[in-house]
Amino acid sequence: MEATVSNTGTEGKVWGGGNKPLKTSYGKMMMWFFILSDALTFSGFLAAYGFSRFKFIDSWPIADEVYNHFPGSHGDNPMYFVALMTFILIASSVTMVLAVDAGHHNNKKKTTFYMFLTIIGGAIFLGSQAWEWTNFIKGTHGAVETKGGQILQFVDCHKEDSHGKLLRVSVEDFAKVSHKERVQHKSKNGLWFVSEPALPKYSVQDIVTGFNSHSNLAVRTQEIMPNIERLKASENPADVTKAERFERMYVNADKTGQKGVLTRAESEKALKDAVVYVKGANLVHNEYGNRLFGDFFFFITGFHGFHVFSGVVINVIIFFNIILGTYERRKNNYEMVEKVGLYWHFVDLVWVFVFTFFYLV
Amino acid sequence: MAHDHGHTEHKLAIFRGRLKFKSNVQKIWGVLIFLSLVTIVEVGLGIYKPSFLVDNYFVGMKYLNWVFIILTIVKAYYIAWDFMHLRDEKSSLRRAVVWTAVFLICYLIFILLQEGTYIEDVKTNGYVKWNF
Repeated sequence: MEATVSNTGTEGKVWGGGNKPLKTSYGKMMMWFFILSDALTFSGFLAAYGFSRFKFIDSWPIADEVYNHFPGSHGDNPMYFVALMTFILIASSVTMVLAVDAGHHNNKKKTTFYMFLTIIGGAIFLGSQAWEWTNFIKGTHGAVETKGGQILQFVDCHKEDSHGKLLRVSVEDFAKVSHKERVQHKSKNGLWFVSEPALPKYSVQDIVTGFNSHSNLAVRTQEIMPNIERLKASENPADVTKAERFERMYVNADKTGQKGVLTRAESEKALKDAVVYVKGANLVHNEYGNRLFGDFFFFITGFHGFHVFSGVVINVIIFFNIILGTYERRKNNYEMVEKVGLYWHFVDLVWVFVFTFFYLV
Repeated sequence: MAHDHGHTEHKLAIFRGRLKFKSNVQKIWGVLIFLSLVTIVEVGLGIYKPSFLVDNYFVGMKYLNWVFIILTIVKAYYIAWDFMHLRDEKSSLRRAVVWTAVFLICYLIFILLQEGTYIEDVKTNGYVKWNF
């Protein structure tokens, strides 16, 4: 160990850089400053999410309607799964801090055990996130996108779900598949240097035909219903006109906070602008609403997931080093466990914010 | 070794000294229970959405969202102070990390949300029409 410590002759001297005003080692301090910079990166992402959300405040997707899956259950279960993920991460944070504490007491056995639990917790979290992504990418009901980039979803006007909203209907349940000449261009049977992505399952015409033969259906737009009474009572004539437009176009104009459901006539008119069938999500289209919504979801939860992944990898390395006795030989109370612990807690800290801004607010 | 580790001694009181623990391990479990309670409250509010909190606004945001954000900051505080041991660090290190983040993030949030709101205003009250 002595070989790695350089004596500069300035130990204890204030101006020689020999004393430690912050009473902490170089490594730990650098970990703190790395965390600070990473915190600013995540804040940048989340603030950008907030920017886009405030920009489209009247039409942003409602989180409860997007993330409502729970393993082994088909119903509408908002929140439960992410709440579970939050608990898993907090629990793995606790095992981490217990490992740090055991390290401070130079208890190799306990440190190893708690590091192992932390790794397991991280792995379960990553698995949960993969499941969450799968559901997001696969989608549930499908929708159509219009020329202007708006998403039109479908509801049954005669049925309500458990939250008192008109029941969502999957495009698959009513679209009429017609015979199509057009097939996907593949390089093996066409131009070898040209390829195209898979064609949508339904053409817009299939959906419109199906829609016309089901008179109970209506189109749901992204627009969120404002407090219509407040708008009508407003002094500003623009607000009154706005309220009139809402009452003319939407059947649920009185339901503040719900997504607007168009009248049958308005629905048919809106479908004239539809250009493509969208199911699930990718970086360009998503069935949930604003295009940016999918992008931010993938980017921010992905960046966080990448942090968790690298955290697990680092934890595994540290775990084996503990077993090999590397930190025991260093005789510095397992400081490396403390440093990687700081990173791991930071990942948990970020998740607390992601949880709030993606799922709660 | 020449390294000085002052971390075997921990400050064991939370809630401004109202709740004292006997050992660091006990404090860790105590903080876990507290964080879990806060999360349960958040999830409960997220599922039931009391109308009083949803219908009333403060500085352009629902009461409910304010509650969520404040509870999130409370959770962040206990994670940083007790799990990341900021409570046990020298105040100069704590301030260097925390205040830097707080000032920069507040500025960032202010400027971006302000601009987002402005653009929304131009979009809805300006010239962009919602006619697909």
